[in-house]
Amino acid sequence: MVGKNCFAIASDRRLGVQLQTIATDFQRIFKIHDKLFLGLSGLGSDAQTLHQRLVFRHKLYQLREERDMKPETFASLVSAMLYEKRFGPYFVQPVIAGLGEDDKPFICTMDSIGAKELAKDFVVAGTASESLYGACESMFKPDMDHEELFETISQALVSSIDRDCLSGWGGHVYIVTPTEVTERILKGRMD
Amino acid sequence: MGDSQYSFSLTTFSPSGKLVQIEHALTAVGSGQTSLGIKASNGVVIATEKKLPSILVDETSVQKIQVLTPNIGVVYSGMGPDSRVLVRKSRKQAEQYNLLYKEPIPVTQLVRETAAVMQEFTQSGGVRPFGVSLLVAGYDDKGPQLYQVDPSGSYFSWKASAMGKNTLYTFSSLYTDDMELEDAIHTAILTLKEGFEGQISGKNIEIGVIEADRTVLTAAQIEDYLQEVE
Repeated sequence: MVGKNCFAIASDRRLGVQLQTIATDFQRIFKIHDKLFLGLSGLGSDAQTLHQRLVFRHKLYQLREERDMKPETFASLVSAMLYEKRFGPYFVQPVIAGLGEDDKPFICTMDSIGAKELAKDFVVAGTASESLYGACESMFKPDMDHEELFETISQALVSSIDRDCLSGWGGHVYIVTPTEVTERILKGRMD
Repeated sequence: MGDSQYSFSLTTFSPSGKLVQIEHALTAVGSGQTSLGIKASNGVVIATEKKLPSILVDETSVQKIQVLTPNIGVVYSGMGPDSRVLVRKSRKQAEQYNLLYKEPIPVTQLVRETAAVMQEFTQSGGVRPFGVSLLVAGYDDKGPQLYQVDPSGSYFSWKASAMGKNTLYTFSSLYTDDMELEDAIHTAILTLKEGFEGQISGKNIEIGVIEADRTVLTAAQIEDYLQEVE
């Protein structure tokens, strides 16, 4: 979700296989660099593998170009990597959020074969995505500061995942401003 | 000289620690037509002689200065056909970068990849080094940049550089750090004129100008600049 000169990215913490819960502290949001975060929903192992591959690509990019990747560039890279596997895809839906040039917030999501969807307000992914669309649409306001953004994204997340049997066990929220990154854990319905 | 025994195989070092083929490639460059580049504060200018073998050759069909991307241009000294191969490869590499990142390739990255290609040909079997040195001029986020790439694959960033014949006429006296593009163009023409055999005109030189928002490979406008320089 985009705020005024900041953004927030949040996820739930459940890792499950249909009805069985494997973990209640699964990390789904990854930092690529201080101003770029990647959330990966979908198949757990694909999420981890793709994350590792992207970190690999980004580290080489940093060494070669002596700078961090812009979020737009990173999104193009993720899209290209996903499309490479067009006929045997990664079963993930990425959510990319970052601060670009002049710390302008950038968010996007894409499907599992790399079709980018840019948005100015919010993007959602996962099993509870339909719920999330509704919650975000009604709770979002433009140009929120980071405090208000945190409240909004937390409410939207918790209300949606509490209603979804495959998501839950609390939430993980990152609020990123040009100067700092705050990570908070939310408590929802622990089931 | 003991080195000559080692000049048959490219991939063998001579006792003095040189790869003789690369030395010879540099000689080929040194006897090629003069080319030069000057980096100004707001752009880069590259220029070259365009001496054709006969007056019957249609000079408009010959283009020594080539565009690699909308904001990077290149000029060479040495063997023309070799430069065409490199231009082709560089263009492909630049486009591949663009396809992946949806961003224009930074000048340094393109220079690095081109240099890597040139180096490959100094360490593979059955090939010879390229007989050209390239002057790559571009404009990206880091501003105007000018790089020279040699047959060995080494590259250097220059404020101003000349290659080919008659490069004794350097511009260390004329060059200033905050040169504007217009001054740089005049300096480039004056320097070309110094070593020029014959009468300089818009038909036997080529000038390329790279600024923040455009790459211009001039033609008839050269005549105007020549007039100013007179």
